[in-house]
Amino acid sequence: MENFPLFLIISSAVKILIIVHMLLIGVMIMIWAERRVSGWMQDRLGPNRVGPQGLLQPVADGLKFMFKEDLIPNHVDKPLYVLAPAMLLVPALVVVAVVPFGSSIELFGETINLQIADINIGILYILAITSLGVYGVVLGAWASNNKYSLLGGLRSSAQMISYELTLGLAIIGVLMLTSSLSLRTIAIEQGAYPWQWNFLIHFPAFLAFTTAMFAETNRLPFDLAEAEQELVAGYHTEYSSMKFAMFFMAEYMNMIVGSAVVVTLFLGGWHFFGLENVGGPVWSGLISFGIFFVKTAIFLFVFIWVRWTLPRFRYDQLMNFGWKFLLPVALTSIVVTGALWITTGSRLVVGIGNVIAAFIVVSIVAGLLVMNKTPEPAIRDDDSQITPSALDAIE
Amino acid sequence: MNPEQILFILFGAVSLIGAIAVISFRHPIYSALSLIVTFFAQAGLFILLGAHFVAAVQVIVYAGAIMVLFLFVIMLLNLGTLSAKGAISGKLKGFAVILGILLAIEGVYIAVKAPNDPADASAETAIESVSTTTYNIGELLFNEYLLPFEVTSLILLAALIGVIVLVKRESQEES
Amino acid sequence: MALEYYLVLSALLFTTGVIGVLIRRNAIIIFMCIELMLNAANLAFVAISRSLGEASGQVFVIFVMAVAAAEVAIGLAIIVSVFKHRQTINVDEVNSLKG
Repeated sequence: MENFPLFLIISSAVKILIIVHMLLIGVMIMIWAERRVSGWMQDRLGPNRVGPQGLLQPVADGLKFMFKEDLIPNHVDKPLYVLAPAMLLVPALVVVAVVPFGSSIELFGETINLQIADINIGILYILAITSLGVYGVVLGAWASNNKYSLLGGLRSSAQMISYELTLGLAIIGVLMLTSSLSLRTIAIEQGAYPWQWNFLIHFPAFLAFTTAMFAETNRLPFDLAEAEQELVAGYHTEYSSMKFAMFFMAEYMNMIVGSAVVVTLFLGGWHFFGLENVGGPVWSGLISFGIFFVKTAIFLFVFIWVRWTLPRFRYDQLMNFGWKFLLPVALTSIVVTGALWITTGSRLVVGIGNVIAAFIVVSIVAGLLVMNKTPEPAIRDDDSQITPSALDAIE
Repeated sequence: MNPEQILFILFGAVSLIGAIAVISFRHPIYSALSLIVTFFAQAGLFILLGAHFVAAVQVIVYAGAIMVLFLFVIMLLNLGTLSAKGAISGKLKGFAVILGILLAIEGVYIAVKAPNDPADASAETAIESVSTTTYNIGELLFNEYLLPFEVTSLILLAALIGVIVLVKRESQEES
Repeated sequence: MALEYYLVLSALLFTTGVIGVLIRRNAIIIFMCIELMLNAANLAFVAISRSLGEASGQVFVIFVMAVAAAEVAIGLAIIVSVFKHRQTINVDEVNSLKG
């Protein structure tokens, strides 16, 4: 074979190695950060005994998991029970392949894009792979042969299918204005300054996407699948040792990748006030990577922040919220973006139109829900905004 | 053997084995999982054929939505316990397999004998259109096939209403 | 890769689906076999579309998928309601027109 792309193979291998390790280390840091930040938010200390500031706590946890007995209960369906954690972890690991985590570096006369694979259906790849995560949950739940696990699994699959729709529809506005499915192109198309980023042009879609992302990663306020207080941890009740750790890691990996995708799609990728162009061909690449990293980290902080701010939805509230608020908002965003973009061609008009349309839709839905409300004695805070009070009215 | 042939054999074998596993597993859950494997291998074949968009949609629609519904129903009805009884007799089964093999021979014969002169010649030209295939599909879908596209949306709407009617009647009868 | 290989594979997958419909009596598995047959047809569509060098075949595949999705929704709803009435989804036992 002449023209063997040796350089491409080596650089890809190095990129994969770095990214997978960053993901795994990121999971460890997230576990530490989650507990410390939770502690800080609840005015307590959090783990601070192992290592400086408790930084080695995840290592200790990992060692504990590894040395724990790998228990397989008698009543489980063994092949699926063993397979389920892997089916959750593998999609979480491979989905990162198309996320562009920086601009590009020039080394040895070749340009290396800071992205493992720039495929032309990048965003569809992400949707496809994330939709597979549900199998790990459902099969783990079913194989456990335990009613609480099964309840958690069924809740989770219904939730994931419902919110996947919003996830897919919310990005269509972005795709229409970028006219590309490649995540790299989407990131490049957004300019250097925050007001050029997609989250302002598609603000309702951005909110819908982020909310759906929370639901897809089973985070509070959407963590019904594993609600500790109701379902004894749900689908992974019967799991222990490394298998449980795999479920755990997959959840955190999904969070990290989800944040990276949101940053790429809506928050300008590696752009930040032109800082990403400072320095030579190598340094600008590294700086852009740093900017991307910081943005992702900030978004991950939001994940933890929301966890301690919002209470868990009830199941019917979850379904109502997904189908009656998020989905109409995402659909409206498509129609409005398309119509305004064709007629005016101005991003400013599209941005304003999107917000107004979303406001109207939410008001209409909320109004309809309030009108059809079944009479029920309840104490309501009338000062609250239209959306939350309508949400309460759904009950 | 070039990489494409190796991948074709790999994906083809996996999809065939998966398909055979679908019809031979006793338990519906395992059948459903085998079907997912088959769908995946087919997505791989679609990528080999340069149909990236279709491959992604295959995974999103079939593996991500349809098979989850199957699993959902199997789990909800707890069908595993029912599947053992009521299999058809061995003699009929043999007859069915023989008929199936006859059908396979016919299909293979048609596939091999069909006039397919443009196959290799245009394979080269098709490769360059691969990178714009999503664009091509969109253009075809919203120009030439606009009416079928709208009809498809009607079919989906009909399915939606149909399911609601089925389920509604169910709950009314129970109450 | 020549077109025939894909068509042969497609024919074999289709046949597997047909055999499945013939030998299995569980309605859900029969349903899965129908999906298998639809997929075999999809494979043939994409292969021929590639060999002709145009995208129409892929558009057909998208239509097939949409119809399959609708069919699955309806079919599974029917299976669930049949199961609720008769406690079985064996197609040989569901043979009376009266509910």
